[in-house]
Amino acid sequence: MAQISSDNHGLRLIVRYTVLSLIALIFIFPLVFMIMSSFKPDQQLLQDTKSFAAFLPVGDISLNNYFDAFKRAPVGLFVLNSVIVTGVTVLLSLLVCSLAGFAFVFIDWRGRELVLTAILATLIVPFETIAIPLLLIASKLPWISMDGLTFGWLNSYQVQIVPFVADGLTIFLFVQYFKDLPGELIEAARVEGASWWQVYRKVVMPLAGPVLATAAILKFLAMYNQYLWPLMVVQEETYRPVMVGLQYFFQLNRAWGEIMAYLSLITVPVLAFYLFLQRAFIASIASTGVKG
Amino acid sequence: MNKLGLFTAALLGTALMSGSAFAQATLSMWYHGAGNEVESKIVNQIISDFNASQSDFKVELQSFPQAAYNDSVTAGALAGNLPDILDVDGPNMPNWAWAGYMQPLKIDESKIASFLPGTKGTWNGQLYSVGLWDAAISLVTRKSYLDELGLRVPTLDQPWTKDEFMDALAKAKASGKFQNALDLGTAWTGEWYPYAFSPFLQSFGGDIVDRSTYKTAEGALNGDAAIEFGKWWQGLFTEGYAQATQDPADRDAGFNSGKYAFSWNGNWAALGSLDAYDDVLFLPAPDFGNGSKIGAASWQFGVSAKSAHPDGAAKFIDFALQDKYLAEFSNGIGLIPATASAAAMTENYKEGGKLATFFGLSEKQALVRPVTPGYVVQAKVFEKALADIANGADVEATLDAAVDEINADIEKNGGYGH
Repeated sequence: MAQISSDNHGLRLIVRYTVLSLIALIFIFPLVFMIMSSFKPDQQLLQDTKSFAAFLPVGDISLNNYFDAFKRAPVGLFVLNSVIVTGVTVLLSLLVCSLAGFAFVFIDWRGRELVLTAILATLIVPFETIAIPLLLIASKLPWISMDGLTFGWLNSYQVQIVPFVADGLTIFLFVQYFKDLPGELIEAARVEGASWWQVYRKVVMPLAGPVLATAAILKFLAMYNQYLWPLMVVQEETYRPVMVGLQYFFQLNRAWGEIMAYLSLITVPVLAFYLFLQRAFIASIASTGVKG
Repeated sequence: MNKLGLFTAALLGTALMSGSAFAQATLSMWYHGAGNEVESKIVNQIISDFNASQSDFKVELQSFPQAAYNDSVTAGALAGNLPDILDVDGPNMPNWAWAGYMQPLKIDESKIASFLPGTKGTWNGQLYSVGLWDAAISLVTRKSYLDELGLRVPTLDQPWTKDEFMDALAKAKASGKFQNALDLGTAWTGEWYPYAFSPFLQSFGGDIVDRSTYKTAEGALNGDAAIEFGKWWQGLFTEGYAQATQDPADRDAGFNSGKYAFSWNGNWAALGSLDAYDDVLFLPAPDFGNGSKIGAASWQFGVSAKSAHPDGAAKFIDFALQDKYLAEFSNGIGLIPATASAAAMTENYKEGGKLATFFGLSEKQALVRPVTPGYVVQAKVFEKALADIANGADVEATLDAAVDEINADIEKNGGYGH
């Protein structure tokens, strides 16, 4: 078997980077295609799909598709709705699920194993199976607003947020991460007289950066891509999110350029959020071995 | 009148005015046209005209993107949140009526006597919905292609026979000019399959379900005629005339860029072909033995079962059925107006208009899809069967399996009220 010596270190680096670059290209090509196509008229877009020109800003390039997309649908409103729903859900989810994870790992209470098992069991239940019962419940729940006490959550932000604040996967992520934290730290804090709340806030959470990033990204993606649930519970355009909005572009005669422009626009928040948390996300994946 | 009298009169007047304002009922309306600027503008115009025409009702519109509309209505029905007025795709209407989403539409039916047959949604002997337009399919080609291939131009009275049609495909293939002889639009999935292809089956003498009882598909979808249809359908792909799997880009632009000699497509795509060529022909469906058939019934208006003001909802629908609105929709989005008098008011469907052929096709060849609540399931089963056969599945076994699936669904639903 051939030995790799320090002499061919350079060669190894070249091979490694070539392979990694090729893999990166495979992942980045759809995005490049989407962005480049968003600047082309439909006819050219379709013709370019036969060649490498599909990935290049060539031909009749303009921002017309973007202007037309804004004319066809209230794109800004859809993005704003999705950002509100996703942002609030992610924040509440991190709080609620981390508290739950903390209680399962650090506080000794009767039945916690059973409750944790029940929560983890929900991971195998597809959302589609509970969608209809959830719809029936959500359509009758009370809510206090400026109009006083009302019943029925349909056509609102809360109906898109509250059912997704707590979920088995996020709790599981926190539980796994907290289990790996040194127990001595918690014991020391308790011996020093810290309350459970103080342990959570001042000891555990400052160490939870990577898992917070992972949970936030996974939750963000799941919420931003929501389609079925908002379709069922939101009939008013005012509260419609981006994925339902995408359907505005699938008319009988499809405007592919506008579809690409819309997709490019709604991808921006996702990429920005991911890039913002990328380092912590990778650190968390590396440390926990969890793959999304 | 003294000051007190004036004050009292003013108070009374205000009370009466606010009383009449309270008396105006709001009618909610759901429509599938979100994302279509022209369509939305016309619907809004009708609503605005209706609201201004009387003071009893005020219609408020909520638009949905078409692809999300049916699921939204189903969810709305489950949550008890349906509007007063909704629109419904023709073949889905019996299901929605049977499921209790809709109630019969009380309008003067003499007013729609002259409407195209596909625009009237009737189930269990009662009118539930009316459409302002219909859609039609034709075999699109070019006069120059027919001349080059030595083919006669078929007419409504004398459509191509099966042999003539197959001869046309063979000649187009042999010419070597085209990527494929026929663009069937297999890139479009869903309702396109039963809408576009079940008329072929019906022209062979079969059907998706036995329409005499609507209680079985036995014999209709797996009888001799259906098997003959299935073998013919499979032959289109094994002979290389059409593609079982088609690139959506080819469906959108293939015929207009010369890839296909013939395209099986709807009137909504016709203007694009007319822009591409100056000798486009819209031919009637071939006659496979039992007459030329094309699908019928497009989107129609109806009243939800939960409406507290069905009279107001019906009044609005009645108002919308004016020729001027039928013509406006047609001019705006290219659909076939429901009446001849409205067609005469349009640019494309008036006598001598570029798309006038489609009105004749709708009038003479249109056959509504099976009028049964079970159609929504049957359509999906039919689509799967045709896709499987196109991809090489055994014809008889596939159709038998489809019949079993349809019959099981009918049985599970207690015969769907038939």
